[in-house]
Amino acid sequence: MNRLAGEGLETYYLTAHDLKDKLKKKEISCLEATESSFRRISEVEDRVNSFIRLEKESALAKAKEVDSLIASGGEVGDLTGIPVAVKDNICTKDITTTCASRILENYVPIYNASVIEKLEKQSYILLGKSNMDEFAMGSSSENSYFGPVKNPWDITRVPGGSSGGPAASVAAGEAVCALGSDTGGSIRQPASLCGIVGMKPTYGLVSRYGLVAFASSLDQIGPLTRDVEDCASVLNAICGHDENDSTSINRPVPDYRSFLKPDIKGLKIGIPSELMVEGIDSEVREKVTGVISMAEDMGAEVEEISIPSLKHALSVYYIIAPSEASSNLSRYDGVRYGYRDMEAKTLREMYRKSRVEGFGDEVKRRIMIGTYCLSAGYYDEFYEKARRVRAIIINDFKKAFGKFDVLLSPTSPTTAFKIGEKTEDPLTMYLSDICTIPVNLAGLPAISIPAGLSRDRLPIGVQVIGDVLREDNILRAAYSLEKAIGFKDLPEL
Amino acid sequence: MGEENKYQPVIGLETHVELNTETKMFCGCRLSFGDEKNTHTCPVCLGHPGSLPVVNKKAVEHAIKIALALNCRINEYTIFHRKNYFYPDMPKNYQISQYDIPLGVEGHLEIDMGSYVRRVGITRVHMEEDTGKLLHTGSTGRISESEASIVDFNRAGTPLIEVVTEPDIRSPEEAREYMVALRNLILFLEVSDCSMEEGSLRCDANVSVMEKGAAKIGTKTEIKNLNSFRFLQRGLEYEVKRQVEVLESKGRVIQQTRHYDNRTGTTKALRSKEEAHDYRYFPEPDLVPIYVEDKTVEEIRKTIPELPSEKAGRFGSEYGLPAEDCVFLAGDMDMADYFEESCRHYDNPKNIANWIMGDFSALMNKNGIKTISESRVTPENLCRMLKIVDEGKISSKMAKSVFEEMFETGRDPGSIIESRGLEQISDESILGSVVDEVISENPGPVAELKGGKEKAISFLVGKVLAKTKGKANPQLVVEIIRKKIG
Repeated sequence: MNRLAGEGLETYYLTAHDLKDKLKKKEISCLEATESSFRRISEVEDRVNSFIRLEKESALAKAKEVDSLIASGGEVGDLTGIPVAVKDNICTKDITTTCASRILENYVPIYNASVIEKLEKQSYILLGKSNMDEFAMGSSSENSYFGPVKNPWDITRVPGGSSGGPAASVAAGEAVCALGSDTGGSIRQPASLCGIVGMKPTYGLVSRYGLVAFASSLDQIGPLTRDVEDCASVLNAICGHDENDSTSINRPVPDYRSFLKPDIKGLKIGIPSELMVEGIDSEVREKVTGVISMAEDMGAEVEEISIPSLKHALSVYYIIAPSEASSNLSRYDGVRYGYRDMEAKTLREMYRKSRVEGFGDEVKRRIMIGTYCLSAGYYDEFYEKARRVRAIIINDFKKAFGKFDVLLSPTSPTTAFKIGEKTEDPLTMYLSDICTIPVNLAGLPAISIPAGLSRDRLPIGVQVIGDVLREDNILRAAYSLEKAIGFKDLPEL
Repeated sequence: MGEENKYQPVIGLETHVELNTETKMFCGCRLSFGDEKNTHTCPVCLGHPGSLPVVNKKAVEHAIKIALALNCRINEYTIFHRKNYFYPDMPKNYQISQYDIPLGVEGHLEIDMGSYVRRVGITRVHMEEDTGKLLHTGSTGRISESEASIVDFNRAGTPLIEVVTEPDIRSPEEAREYMVALRNLILFLEVSDCSMEEGSLRCDANVSVMEKGAAKIGTKTEIKNLNSFRFLQRGLEYEVKRQVEVLESKGRVIQQTRHYDNRTGTTKALRSKEEAHDYRYFPEPDLVPIYVEDKTVEEIRKTIPELPSEKAGRFGSEYGLPAEDCVFLAGDMDMADYFEESCRHYDNPKNIANWIMGDFSALMNKNGIKTISESRVTPENLCRMLKIVDEGKISSKMAKSVFEEMFETGRDPGSIIESRGLEQISDESILGSVVDEVISENPGPVAELKGGKEKAISFLVGKVLAKTKGKANPQLVVEIIRKKIG
């Protein structure tokens, strides 16, 4: 039996904009909405494992505060009173932030990430910290010290990664929306595998201050939501210049909701042939092709384009990201915070044992790859070369956007795979990101929306990519296509 | 010792200067001076997860200032790099520093060795952040004898400017003079306290020796822990000698890092089997490149006070002073200003210079006054005194005593002379009668003087001064005596 979103929808499955509406009209209280989310969590969480930590007490207390605020006619933002899940690599002051790693199992941040400060100003409701691939390294959320996250559509399958927890919690109705992070597709790919909307903003639009760094030149925080409208609301809340982040863009933040127009007549859409890769699932190809036809029917001008340098994107990424990560993760040494092997007798031993015992395998693998790529004698061949090819990719995208307003592709080459299916060979896992990685290399904005379900009811996502700071184009395209696609399915959980 | 003349030391110095900015290089923590441990820290300088660096603009300006003063070319585009290595005093286990595109390059500093001038090339001036401080528990505080170590991160993140020389220095004395000159220069710019004792000025040396006239330079060693000018010179002297001995006994100098031990005056290789550090430098992705506009550089250049060497040169040409006077006066900014202010009130610069270098400085030293403007003698009063002496109202001998009182009380010379009734007697008729008296009372010396013994005149002048309680104008007295005696 397919349960479709619509009339009689449970409170926990409402979108943020519908919930806000009901809160304003006092049809429902924030406390009721929050309690509904926690009821749902207790129903499904042992099957989904999307949270590392729940903050029930403080959430309910906050909900009561919000109700008073609304009652007294106080200012209500788009995310006021909305139950949100936050990926556990975003620092929340006084609330344990683990990055799903043993090495930070008990780490309590002494400050809030800038995005959290912004959400707190709006009085959002923090449900808890979401499970993920350790240090955001992975495409399946299986690399977690706290156990893998399961896909609500089929709990024998992965939700994608590394923001598997945020994606699964939104898909399962545990959270109304969530914050994740995206370095090579870590928001978009899980959104695709979980049948929800996920977006990575232009690099620099959202402050990274307080986002535990994986690869500094690629990381961005972004929304995971039920629909594109909610995505725009979250963007409004989290975007903006931050002087604590030197890579933060200094421009006024537009109202992203103003770009939500269901009209793409005349929009020039490019289909990069390199992203319609050979290894793509036939059903994925089918669904994405269907969306392309829809776009044409709506008056968009669709054309194929070849961007040959994209063939190298995966290699470039798997040199640059681990290299930056190997340096970013050096600070985890047991000296000032985090896990320390207390038996160690010397400094070297303490470093070695704390890190060997504290880090998971994939993290160690990437640190080693990165250290190798940066080391004397190999730096020019690997890191420096990768930087140059990256510059070419950036340039090629610029040229493509000279001709097109947006580019369109599948988000993931496959639907959700089985837990354990790709863990034997890291390289097969890495291929999951083939469609999303080029976007991070060029710092472009991109959004994934559900295109439909496969025959075994697994979600398929389609990705819309825009030029730097052209969130307007991708939001418009995504909003229009979302309306046309009319995806309303929910997992049977 | 004769072997040493066969060899030429080749020395390069790396100096780290801690800036005296308000806050650290990449965060808003204030700099601390001996405050309680770990009280000037934040997520950024503690390397907490998710923290990010933000460049201290003032530190960049100070760095440009130093680079300009060292005649460097300022790169119009400069970037930060990460220098990766593990050590507990480094919160991130990488240091944000600069690598292949530093702020300033290709400069020089000339050092005056007396009989010659050595021009030391400055390879680079760059910016980086300081580490925290490690303390090793145990009685001696030395790492090999301790049970545990504690880290204080107050210093972590302090802005550091690194100045690297070309291997142009040719002796330990030159090395010392270079450090003295560099320190004076940076003090002049007022961007650092430059204290080797407090660690705001640190220096490592790269030393090798080569046979004079040889084509190839020798293998160099790095010497650390040279934390005073004296230790720098001594350490280098020892190391040069050691390397010469190694080469003379047909050995080879091993490239290594050596630690100067000031207890024994020797250098010792550090125990660790030194795998050469691979710092895996790569551009810092959390910071954007700094574009240094010419306009900014010029504005900063204008804020650099006239450098001591320039000033000394100008004193020579503008005031006609000899070189030693110029170097003395220009060496201290405060003294130089005092001198020039005085020159505005009085037109004999040499006279002013003599007094400042002589009695004035002597009194300052005696009373522990370090800067001339802290003394009670204003430039105006000094000049008034000099004019009074010129006018013959008091003798120069009397002036010393008047000056002492000026120094002690801050009073102007006129009122001192009046209250002590010191005015010199220059009235010829009064002096004439005193001279007559002395002549009649001292026939012997008078006769000697008539006979050509010049010494006798001092005796007679002394008698006149005694009778006038020191107030007689000595030059006039001499004239009158000669007139009367013939």
